[in-house]
Amino acid sequence: MSVLQQPAATGEVVIHHRRRNVELFLILFAQTFGLAGWVITTLTLNDALPPDLWRVAGIWFAMGIAAHAVVRWRIPWADPLILPLVFLLNGLGLAMIHRLDQIPDPPRTDSATQLLWTGLGVALFIGVLVVLRDHRRLQRYPYLLFIAGLVLLLLPLVPGLGVSAGGAQIWIRLFGFSFQPAEVAKLLLAVAFAAYFYEKRDVLALAGKRVMGIDLPRARDLGPIAVMWLAALAVMVFQNDLGTALLFFGLFTVMIYIATERVAWPILASLMFAVAGFMAYQFTHHVPRRVNAWLDPFSDYDANLQIISAQFGYAWGGLFGRGWGLGRPGLTPLPKSDFIAASLAEELGMVAFLALVMVYALIAARGMKAALTCPDGFGKLLAGGLSFVFALQVFAILGGITRLLPLTGLTTPFMSQGGSSLIANWILVALLLLISHRARMPQAATATPRELTFDDTTAVVER
Amino acid sequence: MNGPLRKVSGFIALMMAALLLNITYISVFRTDEMLAEPRNRRVRDAEFAQNRGAILVGNQPIAVTTRSDNGRFPFERSYPQGPTWSSVTGWYSYDFARQELESSYNEELAGTHREQAFSRVIDVLTGRPLQGANISTTLNPGAQAAAVRALGDAQGAAIAMNYTTGEILALASTPTYDPNRLSTTDLGSEREAWQALLNAPDEPLKNRAVREVFPPGSTFKLVTAAAALEAGMTPDTELDAPQSLTLPNSSHTMGNSTNCGGTTVTLRQALETSCNTAFGSLGMDLGAEALTGMAEAFGFNTESPIDLPSVESRFPTELDEAQTALASIGQFDVAATPLQMLMVTSAIANDGALMRPYIVSTVSGRDLKVISAQEPEELSRPLSAANAEALQDMMVSVVTDGTGRPARIDGVEVGGKTGTAQSAPDRPPYAWFVGYAEDPSVAVVAFVQSSETARDDISGGRVAAPIFTAIVEALR
Repeated sequence: MSVLQQPAATGEVVIHHRRRNVELFLILFAQTFGLAGWVITTLTLNDALPPDLWRVAGIWFAMGIAAHAVVRWRIPWADPLILPLVFLLNGLGLAMIHRLDQIPDPPRTDSATQLLWTGLGVALFIGVLVVLRDHRRLQRYPYLLFIAGLVLLLLPLVPGLGVSAGGAQIWIRLFGFSFQPAEVAKLLLAVAFAAYFYEKRDVLALAGKRVMGIDLPRARDLGPIAVMWLAALAVMVFQNDLGTALLFFGLFTVMIYIATERVAWPILASLMFAVAGFMAYQFTHHVPRRVNAWLDPFSDYDANLQIISAQFGYAWGGLFGRGWGLGRPGLTPLPKSDFIAASLAEELGMVAFLALVMVYALIAARGMKAALTCPDGFGKLLAGGLSFVFALQVFAILGGITRLLPLTGLTTPFMSQGGSSLIANWILVALLLLISHRARMPQAATATPRELTFDDTTAVVER
Repeated sequence: MNGPLRKVSGFIALMMAALLLNITYISVFRTDEMLAEPRNRRVRDAEFAQNRGAILVGNQPIAVTTRSDNGRFPFERSYPQGPTWSSVTGWYSYDFARQELESSYNEELAGTHREQAFSRVIDVLTGRPLQGANISTTLNPGAQAAAVRALGDAQGAAIAMNYTTGEILALASTPTYDPNRLSTTDLGSEREAWQALLNAPDEPLKNRAVREVFPPGSTFKLVTAAAALEAGMTPDTELDAPQSLTLPNSSHTMGNSTNCGGTTVTLRQALETSCNTAFGSLGMDLGAEALTGMAEAFGFNTESPIDLPSVESRFPTELDEAQTALASIGQFDVAATPLQMLMVTSAIANDGALMRPYIVSTVSGRDLKVISAQEPEELSRPLSAANAEALQDMMVSVVTDGTGRPARIDGVEVGGKTGTAQSAPDRPPYAWFVGYAEDPSVAVVAFVQSSETARDDISGGRVAAPIFTAIVEALR
């Protein structure tokens, strides 16, 4: 474990460009993509402009400008790329959901609901920036956040509140809206983990016995977090929410690795994952089916219709797509949620699919950059963990629908239909922006974390 | 913490690169396969929404697309003389894919073939609806009608081909069916029709002319005789023709179903009387290798050359002596499509040159411009012209003096060979007749699967030869 060096003492000040005007321009530019998708769809299918064009366009751009204004007001040094990329994804998702709404007769209005959720997401984003102001305030309550997360996870099991769908008991229904608390719980738990790991990183890395090349932490150091983690995993597995459990496992592994800098942890986690995967393959009915649908979908055409139909969609779309409203994405079951990227690929082409992956990669890259440049360890840990879990989720769902991996029922961030995922991701972006603001601030203004002042005689000896 | 963070960033980069590579792989390597998959509803619906080209015999369409007032599909496929041409056109069905020419020329008819890419672009630019190509066939309506009529309700097949060019003049597999029932856009009755046709006891959806194989029986003796001539024998070479031929290393014997006319006969006599024991011992003398070589030169064990979905005919390659004797009279594991036996006959009739059989002469676009055309093509020369003429002479005497007498036609020189093949003890034998006429230059195979055929060789001629004469008469 090397001792962290802070640049504050040198007297030099690193000043980043704020690039707020660039951000505003990019946000407005990115928003036109979604808007154009909506207008073109309506023109193609109805031969007319949408009747509520100006109202919807007004609401849509107002959201972008409001989010930008609060960033400018509260966190002027924040990363200027993340927000435009998010508006690009959110807009394309809205347009695609609206396009898929037009398939049944009479058309559905899911896109209006999704727009409402987007508004709520942006409001929560603004709320986090205004109320929280500094991510380090989250560091104080690891146990409280953990308990809140666990309660949220358990909500769907409450009789009368929880709703089961598709074999997973992960929804609650309130005032006619269904909500997936695990999405928000995931965030709370991520923050709790980051706080705990940051506080205990030295004892986790150094105090304890060395077994087979791994510095096993003492039980009293690792115990609480392991209990929290296992409790959360158990709830997810019990609720049959294996996709979220996978993300959670990855999040935990990456955070303990970043905190302790011990490569043994990811190696150990990979082995555990392999063993768990093997056991799941041997002892469940669900997992072998998914694996078969992955490797040889055509062996059972009817059961694997979804993944096969998505494949047909890619071929039908070709490189440049059928065009908005001109493909047949409705033939694939769940085109708005799990397979929304496949719907997009069919109508906008495989080139657009590649671009979509690049947009996600850019968001993750900007998040990791915030982690690398953030002066405080908690921020590093949180930004690194959140960016990784975001990328992992994108990898799992996009890999799943393109037969790179077995399919796991995860949402495509910012695009899939569903409010809980959307608002959770908006909060995630708010946290990333907060951390990036801290990271890009003139460094001399950064408060130096207290534990790095060496005025006592304790020396940390590296093994 | 920056060290691990950099490594995690690298890991994220790897995940994203894997996604990008996989998407690239899908679009480069999986697209064609997915578009060709018959269950791809996107492709099917698009095909059903466009004006598919017609299949023409002369100037008459035998498959044509008409506008439909059904709300779901703007066009409907119909077959003006459906049952007559069902073995050639096949069907074009929403739920049950397609068959025959509708299948083998699907891309051309739909207008999605590579060679039509340019006109497709023009159509898009000028806003014209996409139009598939028309395909013209070599078929002859009179011969086709005669073949269908002569086969009647029996399970059987008949093909006629111009042996000098390979043009197919008639191709019928019976019982026929009405492809309009499968191509209707009323999907309910389409499914009912499919179930009815699929479960019909006489199996009308099987194409017995090109996609089913049967033991060719005595018609295969033509191949054995060709191998004998190529090995240096002449029609007058004397062969042993015992009453009963003991098969080496076997408890079985081979008997004759006809009177061979003595225990030593010439090759010509053996073919005239379809003498089993003479050909059995001849086959053992020639050896398995010579027989296999001759069979393969005629097209056995190679991909069927015709432009319809079809199967390969089989001649076994690992034969002991007893099996060789059986194979040389077309029994044991020899399995041929009627098309294969037609190819044997036409190579002999065409002085030894086997022409590739084909049905579609030209594919032409809406502007009547020919997109692609098929020309006569020689596939192989299984036997020399002199030997072919000798064998023609022997086949003529089969019809004038031998088992093929029912095939005689006044004023036309006709050669042929009968065959009766055992299928299973509890089923009637298969009746075969292969033959050719000099003028018109046509080779014909007639095959009847279930009939009131007795188990002797003359009987095959009696059942199948009239189909031959009907087709040749129709072509005169």
